Amino acid sequence: MSNVFIALQTNEESRHIVEALLEDNPTAVVDEQPAMVKINVPGSLVLRRTTVEEKMGRPFDLQEMQVNLITLSGHVDEDEDEFRLSWND
Amino acid sequence: MQIDLRTVSIKPLRNTFDHLVRRFGDKPASRYQEGSYDIQADANLQYRPTWDPEHELHDPGRTAIVMADWYAFKDPRQYYYGAYTLARARQQESAESSFEFVESRGLLAQMDEATRALALAVLMPLRHAAWGANMNNTGMCADGYGTLITQPCMYHAMDNLGVAQYLTRLGLLLGDVTTLDAGREAWLNDVRWQPLRRLVEKTLVTQDWFELFVAQNFVLDGLLYPLIYEQFVDKHLNAHGGAGVSMLTAFMGEWHGETRRWIDSVIKIAAAESDANKALLTEWTRQWRGAAVEALSPIAQQALGDTAADVLATVDQSFNDRAAKLGLTL
Amino acid sequence: MDMQVKKKLGLKEKYALMTRNLGWEPSYEKREDVYPLLDYEGIKIHDWDKWEDPFRLTMDSYWKYQAEKERKLYAIIDAFNQNNGHLNVTDARYINAMKIFLSAVPSLEYNAHRGFARLGRHMGGVGPQVACQMQAIDEIRHCQTQIHSISNYNRFYNGIHDWKYMNDRLWYLSVPKSFFEDACSCGPFEFIIAIGFSFEYVLTNLVFVPFVSGAAYNGDMGTMTFGFSAQSDEARHMTLGLEVIKFMLEQDPANLPIVQKWIDKWTWRGVRLLTIVAMMMDYMLPKRVMSWKEAWEIYFEQNGMSLFKDLARYGIKVPDCVEQIKKEKDHLSHQAWTTFYAAAPMTNFHTWIPSDDELDWLSSKYPDTFDKYYRPRFEFFREQAEKGERFVNPNLPQLCQVCQIPMLFTEPDDPTQIAYRQVEHAGEKYHFCSDHCQHIFEHEPEKYVEAWLPVHQILQGNCFAKGDDPTAPDFNPIASVMKWWHLENGKDNGDFAGSEDEKNFAQWRGMATSNT
Ligand SMILES: [Fe+2]
Ligand SMILES: [Fe+2]
Repeated sequence: MSNVFIALQTNEESRHIVEALLEDNPTAVVDEQPAMVKINVPGSLVLRRTTVEEKMGRPFDLQEMQVNLITLSGHVDEDEDEFRLSWND
Repeated sequence: MQIDLRTVSIKPLRNTFDHLVRRFGDKPASRYQEGSYDIQADANLQYRPTWDPEHELHDPGRTAIVMADWYAFKDPRQYYYGAYTLARARQQESAESSFEFVESRGLLAQMDEATRALALAVLMPLRHAAWGANMNNTGMCADGYGTLITQPCMYHAMDNLGVAQYLTRLGLLLGDVTTLDAGREAWLNDVRWQPLRRLVEKTLVTQDWFELFVAQNFVLDGLLYPLIYEQFVDKHLNAHGGAGVSMLTAFMGEWHGETRRWIDSVIKIAAAESDANKALLTEWTRQWRGAAVEALSPIAQQALGDTAADVLATVDQSFNDRAAKLGLTL
Repeated sequence: MDMQVKKKLGLKEKYALMTRNLGWEPSYEKREDVYPLLDYEGIKIHDWDKWEDPFRLTMDSYWKYQAEKERKLYAIIDAFNQNNGHLNVTDARYINAMKIFLSAVPSLEYNAHRGFARLGRHMGGVGPQVACQMQAIDEIRHCQTQIHSISNYNRFYNGIHDWKYMNDRLWYLSVPKSFFEDACSCGPFEFIIAIGFSFEYVLTNLVFVPFVSGAAYNGDMGTMTFGFSAQSDEARHMTLGLEVIKFMLEQDPANLPIVQKWIDKWTWRGVRLLTIVAMMMDYMLPKRVMSWKEAWEIYFEQNGMSLFKDLARYGIKVPDCVEQIKKEKDHLSHQAWTTFYAAAPMTNFHTWIPSDDELDWLSSKYPDTFDKYYRPRFEFFREQAEKGERFVNPNLPQLCQVCQIPMLFTEPDDPTQIAYRQVEHAGEKYHFCSDHCQHIFEHEPEKYVEAWLPVHQILQGNCFAKGDDPTAPDFNPIASVMKWWHLENGKDNGDFAGSEDEKNFAQWRGMATSNT
């Protein structure tokens, strides 16, 4: 099974997103690089708005992730509540 | 090793890039200058484009307008991406609070049913006209020559899309999805809207990108925005309890005022370049103005009733004055 | 967006009303006149409504989030410049990587901007048009933020004072220039496969992720910020590239062979282009995060291959060139750096022989090849330099007719043999670096005979400075070409050791350390 991944700039805001990702995706593997953090997950990944909101303690629009995103891999599917990445293989 | 570099005062070897020194002299350059002047490839272009083998990839010959230097078209707003986006983000924020304000104060409820219906009947089909403007400006960015003029065309195209989207939000706020459907139906089939749609479709097949600039940005929107947003929304609707609508279209009015400065400067600079340019611009303006006034008149009629002819004549007159100031003799 | 609407409409529905609902079928003009570019490449699209929007950003959110990114980016650039951040980089050799970056990349971004504007106008449906338009405006952002970030280096260091002029003329810059001009001269569908899919999805991660992370590691916060900030738009672009390819393959089975041919061609074109990035990663970052080979394995072999595995359900095959690419990963960066080292008088950046530590690092990262083939070369260069006979290649190199890179690549199965291929077309001989470049030529000879090859142009006398007389007895052709390039001999080119850059950096840093 191929990995999907998402990479974020290392900063205070994305720290919460990473925490949420780890909680929502138990098989996630964190790869820390200078100034960035990359999360690899076999097959597919989900980020839930509610999980991020809980970590941040404020309302969060999933599109806000644009600001700290570096790159990703996999098919994207997003709505108001979830951001998903997956491969069909 | 932690060193404090702020305390070091060192003299730079040079102020800016050579191509800017050649244009403006040896002094520091602005971000607008660094990000815009001469950055399109202009020498040793490789391969003829398969979609237009008659021309090079970037080629000044895609319009009949001739310029000695295509970097004469300085944008008076000096928009590079960062400056442009920050300006629009500020406007977006104020549009956002207008939408919130109108909703929370129930401003739209003050409008009677007839006024609401009229507002929607006039504004909803314009979503499609704005989409046409978006396609045209995107095309001008693709076909144009020199970043100074192609760059603002791309920003303008995105603004056109923004206008279409603000109109969509307005429709959803004053009505629902069927409101948008009704506007679409009018755009496609209502006899009053067909002259405008025909005109917009004609712009979509206009080959000369500078002529398209004249047709779309200078003439058509130069008549449509004052007619619709100043005369119809801000005056007519406002007088009939439609102040809420005019708050929701504040972006369009403000935007038209801002972008007009850029459009005027383009026309003025091109006309001042040569008599041949001036003659072409005059001819294009005359033709498209005639067609645009004709296309807008049934819409003015629908929007303004009895006063339509007078209002349209005033709008037309002030457009002619504007053209005259830019050096065109219509 | 207001709450009342939110309750009624989901993100997808609302976005559809904000985009595809705006379009209409023209009836006063013919559809093929409004969209004249859709047929000639042979791609068949039956239903543009089947398009799935990859990201759903309306203009108001776009302005909002992009402005936030811009604010952050320029705040960091300003601080970096005001605090003389350039003196904080690990070692002034690093700045030469930034010189290559500015010389090559903003022009690529610019052409991407114009190319996507063409697609934003000419794609046959509002969904893909809007996605292409957003990419068009993002790409001018990348071009400008790169210029703005690197501009300060130009004020203090040599080599990039006339980057745009050089981009249209200097020999090695014809490689990136011809790559993008090639793509932009294609029809809309090939362009989006070339750039949106092959380049963005498969390859840009290699430039913007490990290399930019490396810039941060070397103390260049300005570059780190514009690099990551650009790549966040790239995430949207890659998603567009992937969506487009799925869309084309789902629309008609007849599209498969055309798309496959384009993927094969543009994967190879892109990989050749990245040769210079390989060299930047292995040789030009004083502190290294990972080797080119490691980055390649993560972003091409793992990530790129997941993509091909995913597309296998449509019948897409991994391009043939991948076999050769696999063999080259152990060689590429070394072959490129030795070539540039030997061409040092003709480049707008400095080169050097790696230090002993660096040679050891390269040995450890490339255990199968470095000590065997490349370390001896550097040892030879060093001996020559110590004798005062710095090695320089005295000849103008032969260039590949397609990728325009000098013949520096070896045979895939024999690293001691430079690969040459040759084809005759219409009575002329054309030369190639590889089977794959040769095949690309054979497929479209009319296009590639039009290439503007710098070495040919020099030999034909088209690149001498204005006013120089090639028939004069004291005419120095190389000096004249350098003048035409606007290359300042003795400042912009040659060895890093002994350069003005080296002296200035040491002196300025010295001032900083003694001042505090
Ligand atoms: Fe880009
Ligand atoms: Fe080649």
